[in-house]
Amino acid sequence: MKKLKILFNGILKENPTFVLVLGMCPTLGVTTSAFNGFGMGIATLFVLMLSNMLISLLKNFIPDMVRIPAFIVVIATFVSIVDLLIQGFVPALGESLGLFIPLIVVNCIVLGRAEAFASKNSVFDSMLDGIGMGLGFTLSLTLVGAVREILGSGSIFGFQFIPETYNILVFVLAPGAFIVLGFLMALIRHLQQAKE
Amino acid sequence: MEYILMIIACVFVNNIVLSQFLGICPFLGVSNKLGTAVGMGVAVIFVMILATLVTSLIHVYVLVPLGVEFLQTIAFILIIAALVQMVEIILKKTSPSLYQALGIFLPLITTNCAVLGVAIAVTQRFDIEAGNYILQSVVYSASSALGFALAICIFAGLREQLEIVGVPKAMKGVPIALITAGILAMAFMGFANLVK
Repeated sequence: MKKLKILFNGILKENPTFVLVLGMCPTLGVTTSAFNGFGMGIATLFVLMLSNMLISLLKNFIPDMVRIPAFIVVIATFVSIVDLLIQGFVPALGESLGLFIPLIVVNCIVLGRAEAFASKNSVFDSMLDGIGMGLGFTLSLTLVGAVREILGSGSIFGFQFIPETYNILVFVLAPGAFIVLGFLMALIRHLQQAKE
Repeated sequence: MEYILMIIACVFVNNIVLSQFLGICPFLGVSNKLGTAVGMGVAVIFVMILATLVTSLIHVYVLVPLGVEFLQTIAFILIIAALVQMVEIILKKTSPSLYQALGIFLPLITTNCAVLGVAIAVTQRFDIEAGNYILQSVVYSASSALGFALAICIFAGLREQLEIVGVPKAMKGVPIALITAGILAMAFMGFANLVK
């Protein structure tokens, strides 16, 4: 029961994007389509899970004074691995995510979870926390990507269902990212407030 | 001429915040007051130029000759983190007044993805063989940082006005800020195709 709670904490109650407002750059930058958002989310999930596990394993060996640089080195290592894997196996995704894959290093979610959770909890719990947070991030990125894709290019996961004449181009461009995320965040807050 | 075009392109056309989505966290986080926004802008200009200069030197004279470009992400983030610490210590000793003004922003800059983003973008954008690599990357980083400072100052001015008006409860804070940023990004789209 407690383990499930750790897992679901990141998906709903402490959703990194909509509740904690962390990792805004990739949320805005790569969500031109649902697939791109999903790919970015999965890449972050892997980094989060692996870095959480390794940091939790090493937590008794890392001196307190140098813990932040040590965490960054661990995270950067996994990010480089994920970057090379994406370039090797899904080059098309690598092309559209571009700069944002190496930038997972400075994504506040990863370092934040390392500091707030993995450095204090067991390996298995840290893994669950990483997966939960990663899934929460993936879901929100896919949601933002889906809304932008439907409005901006009339398709979902590449499947066209609204003819091109009726597309609102601005939603796949930069301003659309800000506006869609702003409205989605307001909607989610409204739903939460209504529930309370 | 080439450099003037590059400066205009980086500041207005491909603004680092509003069209490339780098450095969104400080853009949303420290833009409540115009004064702090100016401080952050200046600190970013200072650190970004210095960081890009050092990382491109390392890229040209260490990583490329040794054929270890895959270590780029790890090397760059460590350099930036160390550099920010060093700047903080030096400022504290030599110029207390400047430290007073910029001090609190410096630690925040390590996790500003704009700094790492520009350092990596430079290595992808310019060719070492074509010559002038270091000069090009410094001009590019200076103009990108100027774009960041411009965007955050305009945005802080807008948000100060937003404080006064009544906003629906669910929209308060980040959501309305995001929508404002979206409209600002739309205004910056007017510069599109000004320079390639």
